[in-house]
Amino acid sequence: MNSSEVFNIAWAAILKNKVRSLLTMLGIIIGVAAVIVMVAISAGTEATINEEINSLGANLVFVQSTFTRGGASGLPEGGLVYDDAAAIAEGVDGVSGVVVEQSASQTIKANGVVLDAVTLLGSTADFPSVRDMSIEDGRYFNDLEVDRNQKVAVLGSSLAEELFGEADPIGQDITVGTTRLVVIGVLEEKGLVGDVDYDSRLYMPISVVLDKFTQSQFSRIMGDRVRLIYVEVEDQENLDNIILQIQLLLAKRHDLPLEEADFTVTTQQDIIGTQEATTAAFRSLLGWVAGVSLIVGGIGIMNIMLVSVTERTREIGIRQSIGATPSDIRWQFLTEALLLSLVGGLLGVIFGVGGAWIFGSASGMRTVVVTESIVLAFSSAALVGAFFGFYPANKAAELDPIEALRHE
Amino acid sequence: MAARAIIETKDLTQIYGMGDARVAALDGVSISVHEGEFVAIMGPSGSGKSTLMNILGCLSRPTSGGYFLDDEDVSGLDKVELAAIRNKKIGYIFQSYNLLSRTTALDNVILPLQYDRVTERSTEERKKVAMKVLEMVGLSDRVEHQPQELSGGQQQRVAIARALVNNPVLIMADEPTGNLDSKSGAEIMQLLHDLHDEGATIVMVTHSNEIASHTERTIHLLDGKIDKIVGNGKKAKK
Repeated sequence: MNSSEVFNIAWAAILKNKVRSLLTMLGIIIGVAAVIVMVAISAGTEATINEEINSLGANLVFVQSTFTRGGASGLPEGGLVYDDAAAIAEGVDGVSGVVVEQSASQTIKANGVVLDAVTLLGSTADFPSVRDMSIEDGRYFNDLEVDRNQKVAVLGSSLAEELFGEADPIGQDITVGTTRLVVIGVLEEKGLVGDVDYDSRLYMPISVVLDKFTQSQFSRIMGDRVRLIYVEVEDQENLDNIILQIQLLLAKRHDLPLEEADFTVTTQQDIIGTQEATTAAFRSLLGWVAGVSLIVGGIGIMNIMLVSVTERTREIGIRQSIGATPSDIRWQFLTEALLLSLVGGLLGVIFGVGGAWIFGSASGMRTVVVTESIVLAFSSAALVGAFFGFYPANKAAELDPIEALRHE
Repeated sequence: MAARAIIETKDLTQIYGMGDARVAALDGVSISVHEGEFVAIMGPSGSGKSTLMNILGCLSRPTSGGYFLDDEDVSGLDKVELAAIRNKKIGYIFQSYNLLSRTTALDNVILPLQYDRVTERSTEERKKVAMKVLEMVGLSDRVEHQPQELSGGQQQRVAIARALVNNPVLIMADEPTGNLDSKSGAEIMQLLHDLHDEGATIVMVTHSNEIASHTERTIHLLDGKIDKIVGNGKKAKK
């Protein structure tokens, strides 16, 4: 009996009980589809996050405040201050830009249009290069304007369109709260990065935001403290050296030993690394879940194959009486179990790829079908079929021909 | 000069159970069947005739004793070797036909050829060989029919074609007419006679004296032993 004949017999047996075969495959189908969909979702999320991290700007170092509460008043002490940013820019080699940001929210008026709760982003002059933004029209403000607290503003692309339509906004006045600013530039469209819409914002010197728009109690307590300083380095190669320089410089400025520093220095690589570790943990969890569902599917196959062997005992006896050897019988049933799991696996791949696509377009979440997940899921299904098919096949092969022939 | 022995057994013994529950289904049976002979085995139930049939048909092995089939000692062969003997040397005809359901007459007849590991045949050759034997049993117009579409007599003809397809040295028939009406039964017996006339060696188990009287010799079993062997007055071929 050659392999194509064995295949034909197994295929005929599966087709003979279409509904039963399909139900048996269901466990495998769900398992395989689940692996593909879940990996597609996690890969999509990872790709999105990586893009977001990269779109923050390349070669970034993040210096973050770690505030300590001290003194009888319980007010925050220590941490980064605005002047630390300037000190890094001046005192550390290999730094191409330093940015400090402070945001606020205000009503703005211009050209007869009134917009409520527009996000104001105060920053330093290096912002466009550090955060990877480009100027569409006009210019960004410079260090001198930041130092001098100049009332100048740069518009995000969609904000410019909302306020001025087709008209040229450069040189126009814009009233933010009660303060009047002059528009000097418009940014290129950036699009959504994560949940943040960079195009609807109003950009101005950080000194203006601190002076005019953050008059809350909280910001008075905070004074000129900043949470985060972005440092752009010229060359990835010198990253470790630059981090050390920043740490030493700030420790000296804050008059603290390095071990007690009130700030941390992290890189994009650190963030990506953390992200990857999280995703890897998520994936291995998915792997276990899918693995369990495949095993359950395999037990389903074993169950139905045992039923099939019992139902077809007489057929087995007939085949034995005309010369089928135990290995002929074993192969026949093993092939049937394998075929069940492979067809199930194939349907699972189809449903998985389709499911990932449908989920992606329905939820708006990005899904990326990973080829390895298809290969892995499909080969796991085959392995499960072989493993759980072996016991029933062996049972069939070991049947005594006389007993089998007598079976009704 | 006597014809060559196809079956030659010596003290065949089959014991079931252990210890005090030991039952000898066969107790020292020595028979021989010559090439071209048509022999009936008769006996009441429990006489051991099924056990003898199973051993002669290489479906099981005796507990002790020797069995030469076509000059080959088959009493010590393992499962795989016995399967090959069943495939190449023995053709079975069962009372209940034992055809594969939902499988055409042609495919049923091809089946032994598919399990043949000795003679390599292409799919076309197998089909040709199977068609030839189906024609021989008078079913060339029913080859694409499945068993449930055929009458009992026709099903038994398919079974006979299946038994013949690999040119066996021995045909084992177990109550071949037991499930048939008398007309179909007579036709099947005629077919066996025709095969016998062409030189086939046939061993048949039956309950019926009338059926047994068609053969050359009847071996009567009782309690696992040979009770008597009766000649039926017919001349052996060759």
